[in-house]
Amino acid sequence: MANFFIILLLLLGFLITFQIAKASEYVAVLKGEKKAFEQQNKVNGFLMIMFLVFGLIGVYWCNELLKGKILGVAASQHGQAIDKMLYITLAITGVVFFLTQIILFWFAYKYQYSEKRKAFYFPHDNRLEVVWTVIPAIALTVLVGFGLIYWFRITGDAPADALQVEVTGKQFGWIFRYPGNDGVFGKKYFKNIDDGANNSLGLIWEDPATHDDIVVNQEMYVVVNRPVKLIINSRDVIHDVGLPHFRMKMDAVPGTPTTLWFTPLYTTEEMKKMNNNPEFEYEISCDQMCGSGHYTMKGIVNVVSPEEFILWKAKQQSNYSQVFPAQGAPAAKDSTKPASVSTSQTKDEVAKASLNH
Amino acid sequence: MSNDVSLHGHSEVAASHNAHHEEHGVHHHKEAFITKYVFSQDHKMICKQFIITGMIWAILGGLMSVLFRLQLGYPDTSFPILEDIFGKWAQGGKIKPEFYYALVTMHGTVLVFFVLTGGLSGTFANFLIPLQVGARDMASPFLNMLSYWFFFMASVVILSSLFVQTGPASGGWTVYPPLSALGDASQGSKAGIDLWITGMALFVVSSLLGGLNYITTILNMRTKGMSMTRLPLTIWAILFTAILGVLSFPVLLSGLILLLFDRHAGTSFYLSDIFISSTQKALPNEGGSAILFQHLFWFLGHPEVYIIILPAMGLVSEVLSVNSRKPVFGYMAMVGSLFAITILAFLVWAHHMFITGLNPFLGSVFVLLTLLIAVPSAIKVFNWLTTLWKGNIRFTPAMLFAIGFVSLFISGGLTGIFLGNSTLDIALHDTYFVVAHFHIVMGVSAFFGMFAGVYHWFPKMYGRYLNNTMGYIHFWVTLIGAYLIFWPMHYEGLAGMPRRYMDYSGWVSFRQFGDLNRFISTVAMVVFAVQLMFVFNFFYSIFKGRRVTNQNPWGAATMEWTTPIRPGHGNWPGEIPEVHRWAYDYAKDGREFIPQTEPVSGNESKH
Repeated sequence: MANFFIILLLLLGFLITFQIAKASEYVAVLKGEKKAFEQQNKVNGFLMIMFLVFGLIGVYWCNELLKGKILGVAASQHGQAIDKMLYITLAITGVVFFLTQIILFWFAYKYQYSEKRKAFYFPHDNRLEVVWTVIPAIALTVLVGFGLIYWFRITGDAPADALQVEVTGKQFGWIFRYPGNDGVFGKKYFKNIDDGANNSLGLIWEDPATHDDIVVNQEMYVVVNRPVKLIINSRDVIHDVGLPHFRMKMDAVPGTPTTLWFTPLYTTEEMKKMNNNPEFEYEISCDQMCGSGHYTMKGIVNVVSPEEFILWKAKQQSNYSQVFPAQGAPAAKDSTKPASVSTSQTKDEVAKASLNH
Repeated sequence: MSNDVSLHGHSEVAASHNAHHEEHGVHHHKEAFITKYVFSQDHKMICKQFIITGMIWAILGGLMSVLFRLQLGYPDTSFPILEDIFGKWAQGGKIKPEFYYALVTMHGTVLVFFVLTGGLSGTFANFLIPLQVGARDMASPFLNMLSYWFFFMASVVILSSLFVQTGPASGGWTVYPPLSALGDASQGSKAGIDLWITGMALFVVSSLLGGLNYITTILNMRTKGMSMTRLPLTIWAILFTAILGVLSFPVLLSGLILLLFDRHAGTSFYLSDIFISSTQKALPNEGGSAILFQHLFWFLGHPEVYIIILPAMGLVSEVLSVNSRKPVFGYMAMVGSLFAITILAFLVWAHHMFITGLNPFLGSVFVLLTLLIAVPSAIKVFNWLTTLWKGNIRFTPAMLFAIGFVSLFISGGLTGIFLGNSTLDIALHDTYFVVAHFHIVMGVSAFFGMFAGVYHWFPKMYGRYLNNTMGYIHFWVTLIGAYLIFWPMHYEGLAGMPRRYMDYSGWVSFRQFGDLNRFISTVAMVVFAVQLMFVFNFFYSIFKGRRVTNQNPWGAATMEWTTPIRPGHGNWPGEIPEVHRWAYDYAKDGREFIPQTEPVSGNESKH
């Protein structure tokens, strides 16, 4: 019933508008086309300047209203660089924005039709063209320069002491793998994947380096102030590891590992206090359309102190020992001998990753 | 009325356009309904077919956005009426994820390709090229007709995909594989995507037939005296648009054919290392690259945004100049910047792929080339501003939309400087910042350019005026609405809020924008309703609008206004007039305007 009334109301509004529009046309004929045109022109000229004034007020008001919601401080070193870059760009484009919009609507108002005025024949001026070719070119050179310095810093190699975590996206969730005590990710092959047998990454159990690999779902742990390098994979379609608080992002592409690294600056607990929000979490959002559950594909990064990290890691059981509990032997011992094999494998993987980069 | 003269059968016109103009207007014969309105070869009728098909698509595409905005604004409310209309897709009155993603995907596809490419270029290229260069019709009226009918077939196929049981394509308008290649990964990647590919293939054929025709006509069929540098900017813009389309659409088609092979022939162009959760099976494919598709897609996809915006720029340049009663400022710089944009359009595609794992060095090259585009864009903006300076501005609805275009193009263009810089793109990629950016700069502004064109040339198309008052309401509500919708979205993007989520309530970081989303949705519905008013105005005015009594109602210098008020097939009843000057002699030597067809007199000042 409510729908019906809404539609009725809309139709009524429509009808009234139409009648007014129709009537105004008749009035124009009665008044004489020229007079009607001049009146309409004045109204629209006035609206132009009103739009400018209220538009500028609106821009300010919108900023006051929403500036507190844009996620607060960047929680990584890269993020701080990106924020700085953002504000430099905002300042430069902001000047251009206000300048050009004010000129546009001011000109429209100022030079509106008047019987007395004659338009000025001004077809070209090469000096002006040079001015507004060169100035934007210089401004953009500055922006490109800043941008690329940060870009190469951010996409450059991760520090050698970085904590390595493998992230794998799937429909619709995240799987994280830590290399265990040997510091080496064991081999895997996608045809070995078997969710039923608790081998969600397709680890090759024949490779002893897999034996101490820790596999967890949805939540990962990293250490505050220690660089972390993510090696990103996908099991099915393209996903994207989106880390809004760290201002980082990288696609997860099936068949082509990618990497990103950053240094978290605040623990989750610190962020809760800083943001005054006990519910705060470092969320991982999937930022690449990946199917019907895309909007639910959430992961969590827990940034903790080094001590907490050691405690957490000690509590984790390796994927291998979950699958083969009877053998129970700690994997680290076995893995010493064939380590060379798996190391070279990992190197290959890393080489492949950087090639594909 | 004497100018209701309908000239000839089409075949004759095509054959005789050089030789014997004298015959034109001498013998009339009535055309059959089917050759006049359906399989017409008259460029003016084909233009009308394009614009009306485009409008139907725009309404459908807009309606889709209203539906998904309803979901975004009111994620917890159920609307029983939705279930009545859409059945299983909105069970219990709530939009299902599959339906939501189908809506988003089809909204993008429809508006980018069927409205802003087919509808915009198809309409104005067909209408303006022969009229403004002084030709009786396109170089090949028959191919031109085919171009429309391929567009029509493409429309039918895409429309039919909305009705298949598993739904239409739903992986985003960019149809990235593997999602689009695997029916088991997404409902929409079953029959829907096959129809999508078929529809797009037909669309590419249509666009090539049209584009080749546009280029040929502009280069070969200009009337006597119409040198390239005397062409109106509309024609330059359309020429560059057509060149972009002809060179880039085939690449999309090849990419889609490979996708079709991956789907049905067991190839591995895009597929590798895939294990499908829903079936618990690993696929045999190894060695493909999903990123390859993105290269092929964006090699069209980026030029595509210029295919959309260049015609709008051309229309706006013309409308601004005519209604400022002043020549467009820096004609050669305008042509030069169009040319620069066209070249650069081919060299920037990978800026859509900064975070796909692209080599950072390659990324840096694309940053440089991308930001270079800001230079010709800035030239255009400053030239438009200077065109207004010291003019004598008439605010016709067309002029208002042209001014609105400049405002939106500035706002949307500036945020492109953020996104084109790879460092910032890391944070902003695939967030609402991107949504805001491209909707303002190529969505709404292209629409504004199109509206400017429609209001300006409607009298030439139908011999009647659109209602002014409705035009003014249309403009002001749309301009204000567009800013209210898209301006706050930048803030959502700065907060990292991802695109293509149907519900943010599960996210600590993003659910703070619930109120804002509701506000945006409400404005979107109002703006949509006002577009319906425009559609009404359009169709009402075709039949009941105020009649045009003046051959040149806007006092414009270009050639289309030298034809009769309702030109027949062949455009000019007698000989095609000769052109003696450029298209922008306004306010020269104290005269309001001097038509292009008027010979230069001895004592005229030089420009």
